[in-house]
Amino acid sequence: MKNWILKISAMLLALSISGCGYNTFQALDEEAKASWAEVLNQYQRRADLVPNLVNTVKGYAAHEDKVLTDVANARSKVGSIQVTPELINDPQAFAKFQAAQGQLTSALSRLLAVSENYPNLKADQGFRDLQAQLEGTENRITVARNRYIETIKNYNVAVRSFPQNLTAMMFGYKTKASFTVDDEKAISVAPAVDFEQKP
Amino acid sequence: MRLRFKQTLFAFCVLLMMGMRAHATLMPIPELQTRVTDLTQTLNADQQSHLEAKLAAFEQETGSQIAVLIVSSTQPEAIEQYSIRVVDSWKLGRKKQDDGVLLLVAKDDRKMRIEVGYGLEGVIPDVVAKRIIEEIMTPHFRQGDFYGGITKATEQMMRLIKGEQFPPPQKTQSADKSQLLDMLPALLIAALVLGGLMRAIFGKFLGGLVNSGIVGLVLWVLGAGFVLVLLLALIVFFLTFAGASNLAYIGGMSGGYGRSGDYGGGFGGMGGGFGGGGASGSW
Repeated sequence: MKNWILKISAMLLALSISGCGYNTFQALDEEAKASWAEVLNQYQRRADLVPNLVNTVKGYAAHEDKVLTDVANARSKVGSIQVTPELINDPQAFAKFQAAQGQLTSALSRLLAVSENYPNLKADQGFRDLQAQLEGTENRITVARNRYIETIKNYNVAVRSFPQNLTAMMFGYKTKASFTVDDEKAISVAPAVDFEQKP
Repeated sequence: MRLRFKQTLFAFCVLLMMGMRAHATLMPIPELQTRVTDLTQTLNADQQSHLEAKLAAFEQETGSQIAVLIVSSTQPEAIEQYSIRVVDSWKLGRKKQDDGVLLLVAKDDRKMRIEVGYGLEGVIPDVVAKRIIEEIMTPHFRQGDFYGGITKATEQMMRLIKGEQFPPPQKTQSADKSQLLDMLPALLIAALVLGGLMRAIFGKFLGGLVNSGIVGLVLWVLGAGFVLVLLLALIVFFLTFAGASNLAYIGGMSGGYGRSGDYGGGFGGMGGGFGGGGASGSW
């Protein structure tokens, strides 16, 4: 009889653990990690394109020094940030990462805007291919970011809502950082193209 | 008094309509029924069925799914945003292979996009997609020859995909084990609730017996193995016997069972994933 009660209570315990969201956290945490990895993957892909792009543009528009060095600087800044999966648990490091990527985004769009002034560059097949790759990568970044935001939303809601928040507290699951509207604004600001300075 | 009621009702209706308007701002995604979806009547019936047949034959042969969608506009969204929403809901391509392609044309925006599934990003990289758009589609579209541009573009993509060896299309689709496992929590709750009812009607012992019988039968129908059925039926019997139905709410806390798309006749996606690969262009 005792044995029977023990078995039942063991089963109920197992039930209540899964019932209070422990398993949900496992799943959502992994999902968040995976979607974050995809974001990093795409940002890396973009960073890898930069040297080639800079070299190609240099061949036709060497005197666009400022724009070119801006891109190179932003690229090296992005590269200097230690990116770990744990980054998403640290809001400050996340903001820094986000700022650096945003800088590269705007530097690159300035570069592309400037390249509009060079018909030979625009006709270069290598440049066109790079441009297509860059466009594709930027689009992939957007998709990956949106999916990440969605996953993190689910995760954060789970961590905060009762009664799972008790489980979250017990096992040390904290809310994760996500891309904010402010970042979005900084990224979507159109680059200022100054036609007056043209030589 | 009556007037005030009317006013309130009117204000409520206005609010309701405003809410509906806010929802209607994004372009809706058409339901996927055929491989060629033309919302602008650009292609005539002949062209449409011809293209459809070609794409169907290609899927028969390689298993990869190519779909064509022609809309008048994707505003207020950019074509890329609309396109990813479409493929996220259509799920072109097979689940593990992710071998789907969407060719999207926004006629009034004069924009087109080739959206490439994860599995095809190797055979149709962005650069190649861009070239298909610039070198094949754009010249045809400029002359108003939409059918020619779309057919040539899809033919080019078919050639590229055929170069890659994908597993042949599968005919039969059996319900997999994981689906049963996904349903277990729901079954448990149902069993507990039912158990409470049976207990009230038949009493402890008989109620438990009836309940476990029902659960066992349901599991058997769902395709569980004999041992699993016996084991779960036994558990259900004990739970009902001990009166565990009031614990059902615990099970209710664990949400989120698997959901799986399930398509009746006609054409449907097979769970392929997209990550924003491909290229866009304009003419």
